[in-house]
Amino acid sequence: MPLRLPFRLIPRAQPSQRMLLIAPLLAVTLTLVVGLGIFAALGQNPLVAFRVFFIDPVSDINGVSELLLKASPLCLIALGLAIGFRANIWNIGAEGQMYLGGIFATGLAIHFHENGGPWLLPAMILAGAVGGALWASITAFLRAQLRTNEILVSLMLTYVADLLVKYLVYGPWQDPQSNNFPFTVSFSDDALFPVLMNWWDWLEGTRINLSLLITVVAVPLAWLFMDKSFVGFQLSVAGLAPAAARYAGFSEKRMVWIALLIGGAAAGLAGVTEVAGPIGQLNDRWTPGYGFTAIIVAALGRLNAFGIVLAALLMALLYLGGEAAQISLQLPKAISQVFQGLLLMFLLGCDVLVNYRVARRMPANALVNA
Amino acid sequence: MIESLNPLLASAIAAAIPLILAALGELVVERSGVLNLGLEGMMLIGALASFVAVAHGGGLAASVIAAMAAGAMIALVFGFVTLTLQANQVAAGLSLTILGTGISAFLGRQYVGFRAPASFADLPIPGLSELPLLGPSLFSMNLLGYATIALLGGVAWFLYRTRAGLALRCIGESPVVARSLGLPVIPVRYAAVAFGGAMAGLAGCYYAVAQFKMWQEGLTSGNGWIALALVVFATWRPLRVGIGALLFGGVSALGLYLQAINVQVSVFALSSLPYLATIIVLAFISSNQNAIRRNAPASLGKAFHADG
Amino acid sequence: MKTWKHAAASLAGAAALLAAPLISHAAEPLKMAWVYVGPVGDGGWTYAHDLGRKAAMKALGDKISTTIVESVPEGADSERVIRDLAAKGNKIIFTTSFGYMEPTLKVAKAFPKVDFYHATGFKSDKNVTIYNSRMYEPAYLAGIIAGHVSKKGILGFVASFPIPEVVRNINAYTMGARSVNPKITTKVVWVNTWYDPGKERQAAEALIGQGADVLLQNTDSSAVLQTAQDKGVNAFGWDSDMTAYAPKAHLGSAIEIWGGYYTKVAEAAIAGKPLKTTVWGGMKDGMNDLVSISPNIPAAAKAVVAEKAAAIKSGKVQVFTGPIKGSDGSIKLAAGKTLTDKEIDSVNYYVEGVEGQLPK
Repeated sequence: MPLRLPFRLIPRAQPSQRMLLIAPLLAVTLTLVVGLGIFAALGQNPLVAFRVFFIDPVSDINGVSELLLKASPLCLIALGLAIGFRANIWNIGAEGQMYLGGIFATGLAIHFHENGGPWLLPAMILAGAVGGALWASITAFLRAQLRTNEILVSLMLTYVADLLVKYLVYGPWQDPQSNNFPFTVSFSDDALFPVLMNWWDWLEGTRINLSLLITVVAVPLAWLFMDKSFVGFQLSVAGLAPAAARYAGFSEKRMVWIALLIGGAAAGLAGVTEVAGPIGQLNDRWTPGYGFTAIIVAALGRLNAFGIVLAALLMALLYLGGEAAQISLQLPKAISQVFQGLLLMFLLGCDVLVNYRVARRMPANALVNA
Repeated sequence: MIESLNPLLASAIAAAIPLILAALGELVVERSGVLNLGLEGMMLIGALASFVAVAHGGGLAASVIAAMAAGAMIALVFGFVTLTLQANQVAAGLSLTILGTGISAFLGRQYVGFRAPASFADLPIPGLSELPLLGPSLFSMNLLGYATIALLGGVAWFLYRTRAGLALRCIGESPVVARSLGLPVIPVRYAAVAFGGAMAGLAGCYYAVAQFKMWQEGLTSGNGWIALALVVFATWRPLRVGIGALLFGGVSALGLYLQAINVQVSVFALSSLPYLATIIVLAFISSNQNAIRRNAPASLGKAFHADG
Repeated sequence: MKTWKHAAASLAGAAALLAAPLISHAAEPLKMAWVYVGPVGDGGWTYAHDLGRKAAMKALGDKISTTIVESVPEGADSERVIRDLAAKGNKIIFTTSFGYMEPTLKVAKAFPKVDFYHATGFKSDKNVTIYNSRMYEPAYLAGIIAGHVSKKGILGFVASFPIPEVVRNINAYTMGARSVNPKITTKVVWVNTWYDPGKERQAAEALIGQGADVLLQNTDSSAVLQTAQDKGVNAFGWDSDMTAYAPKAHLGSAIEIWGGYYTKVAEAAIAGKPLKTTVWGGMKDGMNDLVSISPNIPAAAKAVVAEKAAAIKSGKVQVFTGPIKGSDGSIKLAAGKTLTDKEIDSVNYYVEGVEGQLPK
């Protein structure tokens, strides 16, 4: 066989707690080694490059605030997705569900632009969650009733959602003062998440806002739901052993609905935190790709609520680092992407150490002699 | 009247060819039980490799070889991480897309701004190309177009008419059973992944050297995702990949065609037609559950530890 | 080998370098930064801006140092990037896409000593200056050529989004053609994207299928031009000179020329008198042009285009001069009058000769 490696993997009885920590460190080290070669080949000092990439972006309050601002929606979406992924329900259309959350919230913000009140933002949050869940419910309905594949439907609906945003901002929702450019009015203060620096002076100049609270609350809730609730248990069983789940009488249709509605609602919430957060309006090119990135975040976080928090922070840092590398080192964006891809591959690869033990393979002829 | 449909059909077929190539590769990968979401990344790598080959005077054969080799190589990175190191296939596939996009954009910078010095020209088949309706479209393709038709048949024949194809399907269905039958699960999956990468690379070659005759960053503009959806749409049947790609290419051409003849419908609604059509048709197909259950590889996306 | 030696050497000096600040304050070139919406390798809009940046670097040598950040999404990320660039000591920042308007204004308030230049927007501030290019002028000239070359009297336009900039380019192209042949009509197909070669190609195929034989596009790739060559019709390049993509089909390229403007902005800042007036430059200012005009076009066309180009460059002729009729037959502008810049910048109708209705 062509694939005889000098080692073999032996499954562990229990996932290794030690390796849970060591594996990511090993991945970072490997990325550093490969990155060393790449940066050196580009004539950059690799150590400076790494400092720019990983440390500079979060070396001040503003940097940390930006990190949280970017990680928060990623984390929120990934938590929702993880619930479905555990049940083998592959919602890859969180991006579209996020747009719908943004659309629903924007609808309220525009309609009550002149006569808002303290109730407006909570109403928008609710509307956003409903919007995302409604969009996901199309996928859920087709999957539960007709067994139509959710990967395809949720992905296709993302393209439709994108066009729906465009239709609205080029048409009925366009700001009359916009010179026919595609955006809505800027939301009134009632329709925006308050920025935290209003309360704490030491956050002066940062953009971090109250929407972070949604994610902070969602993390323990998601953990309780996934790891401690009976429904969460049912979902996991349905994913790991579908036959056993059927035998135990867990309704598959119910699982599909729960997984997709939660995923959609979470993505919708993330949409609200963006349009009512740092953007403050809806426009046609609001496509940060969080819904797709969150899929990586969920998998990288091993579908565990706290793992997802770490993974979201890491992905956010990779983005900020990529920007910093362009600004400080004049490296092209592509090299940051290469770097991100490498690190992700190494992280995924090194995860093998958690569940497997590496042993040296005995030479083939040793077996014969024995 | 029929003549006015000719450009529409030709446009649909031209858009469908690369989708078919990439989707056929992914279909074989998925039939072996592996889900590789990195099509977009592999296509971009293939596109750049083929363009570099012709840009340096390598000729068309070299461009095909370069594209397929490059696609297969980057796919094997995914293979190693998921098959040997048992990583999550969904995450690894998405990471592969990031990696492929980055590598192609970085290495391709000096190839932006000029036409491919050689490209695949249309080769009308004498006689057949004069037939009404299908003549000017189906029988006036370039070499890669004809190769795609052959590959469609080839993959179908391989999967359903050969022992190796049976083994591959068996491995995708139940790797545990396959192993107990003595089938080499992991090597076959490696081969499938490499084949998928080569086909995605070939699709990239079609874009760079046949259709657009140029290299630009992100040349494939999201078509890898459409190809991925087509595999599901086709319920893992090769010939249906062809039908699905034609449907998608056709409806998307139709939306633009309707604009050109001044049909007054929102352009945003017209643009969403291909996506909605795909969903609706799949929903209809789904009513025949037996067909899907028979074809969907049961072990899709799940890691398999070969123990040695 | 060399690279590894380099790596080893750099490892040795690692600790010192980790502590050292990145920005050196030795000789003080003017620090300028550009925020791009696409990759430099897009061959279109961003590529043209980067050519402009390179031209400024060439003209001013070590008097300036430049930084770029490419593919910056127009959502929440752009504000951070612009802010970072300002915080890192850049004195002049160009934000080169419409969607950066609000973030640019926001950051500018926090950095009163930095001068911001925003392309294609319409809101300015004390330290935010707007600049744009009248691409409708070369589009009009392209129309004149198309009017001479078209055999069927049908032109095609592959359009991205129904914003005023794109609409006025469609209008100018059509008006140019109709100034030669009043029977000409333009068919428009909207692709709802700035960059998707596959869609752009299909749109071109649809137009060609409906008889259009000279195409222009307001999208970023060269796919429309390439398709024209494959199908044996003619087309133009857009944003940058695209002759090399399709030498046979290519009739000329309407190009953006940002280099002169970027150089001027830098020179003014170095002299201590920063440029702060809105610049909406056209061919007169050398900010755009129709270049690489095909030698194969009829002699009459060559003469008319040369004459009109000279008239536009001298300021004698304005493209949007009345009488202008809307595609619904209504009078939009009386004879002898010209559209004001404000009217041009918010145009929301097709002129006579453009088929169909503007998407709403």
